[in-house]
Amino acid sequence: MLAYDTTVLKEAPSSVLDIFDTKKFPGKRAMRKAPAQNLEWALMADGVPIADVYKVLGTPEGVDRAFKKLDTIKKDIVWWDAGAQPPQLLASREVVMTTAWNGRIQSAIDQEKRPFAIVWNNQIVEYDMIAIPKGAKNLDLAYKYLAYAAEPEVGAQLGRFIPYGPVLTDATPFVPKDVLPKLPTAPDHMKIYLVGDVEFWGDHGEDLVKRFNAWLAQ
Amino acid sequence: MSSIAMPRISATDQRESLRPLALAAPLLLLLLFSFGAPIVALLSRAVYEPTIANALPRTVAALRQDSGAGVPGEPVFLALAADLKQAQAAGAVYEFAKTLNTRLPGARSQVLRAARIATQDQATGKEAMIKAAPLLAEEQSWAAIRTGTNRFTSFYLLSAFDLRWTERGTIGAVPADQAVFLRVFGRTFLIATIVTLATLALAFPLAFVITSLRPAIAGIVLVLVLLPFWTSILVRTAAWTVILQKYGLLNDLLLWLGLTSDRLELMYSRTGLIIAMTHIQLPFTLLPIYSVMRSVKPSLVRAAQSLGARPFTAFWRVYLPQVMPGVLAGCLLTFILCLGYYITPVLIGGASDQLISNFIANYVNVELNWEMAAALSFVLLASTLGLYVTLTRYLGLDLFKMG
Repeated sequence: MLAYDTTVLKEAPSSVLDIFDTKKFPGKRAMRKAPAQNLEWALMADGVPIADVYKVLGTPEGVDRAFKKLDTIKKDIVWWDAGAQPPQLLASREVVMTTAWNGRIQSAIDQEKRPFAIVWNNQIVEYDMIAIPKGAKNLDLAYKYLAYAAEPEVGAQLGRFIPYGPVLTDATPFVPKDVLPKLPTAPDHMKIYLVGDVEFWGDHGEDLVKRFNAWLAQ
Repeated sequence: MSSIAMPRISATDQRESLRPLALAAPLLLLLLFSFGAPIVALLSRAVYEPTIANALPRTVAALRQDSGAGVPGEPVFLALAADLKQAQAAGAVYEFAKTLNTRLPGARSQVLRAARIATQDQATGKEAMIKAAPLLAEEQSWAAIRTGTNRFTSFYLLSAFDLRWTERGTIGAVPADQAVFLRVFGRTFLIATIVTLATLALAFPLAFVITSLRPAIAGIVLVLVLLPFWTSILVRTAAWTVILQKYGLLNDLLLWLGLTSDRLELMYSRTGLIIAMTHIQLPFTLLPIYSVMRSVKPSLVRAAQSLGARPFTAFWRVYLPQVMPGVLAGCLLTFILCLGYYITPVLIGGASDQLISNFIANYVNVELNWEMAAALSFVLLASTLGLYVTLTRYLGLDLFKMG
């Protein structure tokens, strides 16, 4: 998602894609120093329908198109590596807006009372995984834990500790009322979104990272 | 123990030379096992990559039977299916798929799909395999598989120089949009050179001033120089972030003094990176220069002047040659340390200021492509050693005899 400082931007951006609009929102903006998500956003900003993003990105022409779109704002981008940097970049007013992991921005809002706001439209939703290592000693217990963690009532509690959404849509009704508006999976936030394609990045991560680095160095 | 307190002169020269070796043996052994062996083991991965050959024994044999280049016939596909089935059962298929993906972007998911189909004992002929993995119908995929089955490979070392084997069997440049390492190596050496010269410009006059101070004051100044030296490099880098950022101390100061009319972009820029690296490296350049300057007798310069040399001539012909070993040692130390900088470019440098270490770290931590990391490390190590040997030999400098 996109985060900005409400005391810096007079007008609220309506979508993550506004990061490409340097006329309406002049100034430096921050993005994660990686091709993943940025290429998807670039294609969406260039008019590719959400359903076709990975299909287009799977072709050489699509990759060219995404980099060409990123070219338009390249000189205005500050790149971040660690998740702690986006709130820091906003707080030091180094940038006017930044892409970020929503949990980091939310904790800056809640705990440090920063005047930040989050734009959810065109967010990219990512999943974390739980894996059982091969040869695990307590395999049965591990399965029991998976079953427990997958229960809607249990998954719904995650948001109380860090504002990330439960994996199951069934869990949404069980999320505490004061937590729900902070989650990426709140119904209001899931109007326009893209689900990150793990398999695509498993296949193309390495060559696109290399191309991304070559592009950065130009 | 009296034998240590009273060293006796040994009877033979041989025993004489063995004694220091025996004293250093624990350290040498520690270095060998904790430093030498891991480095050799890691660097060997740059040229030795048996994953593909180990995963595809039947395919390798079948490919040997299959005549000519291009897409092979039915027997090779059947062998491939059998290999994939076994690799799937042994849990080796993911590593194989990932290794192949480096040479053949996009192959990972297709190979995994083919392995699943092979495991389900469905039809495993050419048609079925190509349906699961369309890449296998292309000649260049098989060229990549054929070269990949060699356990010894030049793929990674060539990649480190932005080179590759072309279809015609010659070495050529990679496509421009994949060429990144030569530029990064060049940038690493450029930034190391600039930082070395900057520290020299600061350290030389400072060392000269310290040697001319009274010992008590010189001690205090030295501690002031060394104080940051005893602080973690991460802390110093973070401190520079506070100073250099857009609404940070330096920009506030410059605006207040009226030296600038707009806030400078110092963070995430090469200027900021060089300022921070120069500060961190200053003690490394300063201390060797200072230690040599202290041993230079001022009477020699005075003698030169009393014999009619102008101050500049006395400095240039008498003083400078004597402190030169310290200057070279300090510069070499700083230059070599700069080549390996990692955390400062990450936190202060911009996107186009990342050094070769950042790329090595990316291949180790993110891509899990240790072969590529090993190849880049090898090039960095070899060029650093080459530089060190050249300088020590042609400039007559010996770091071990400093002090």
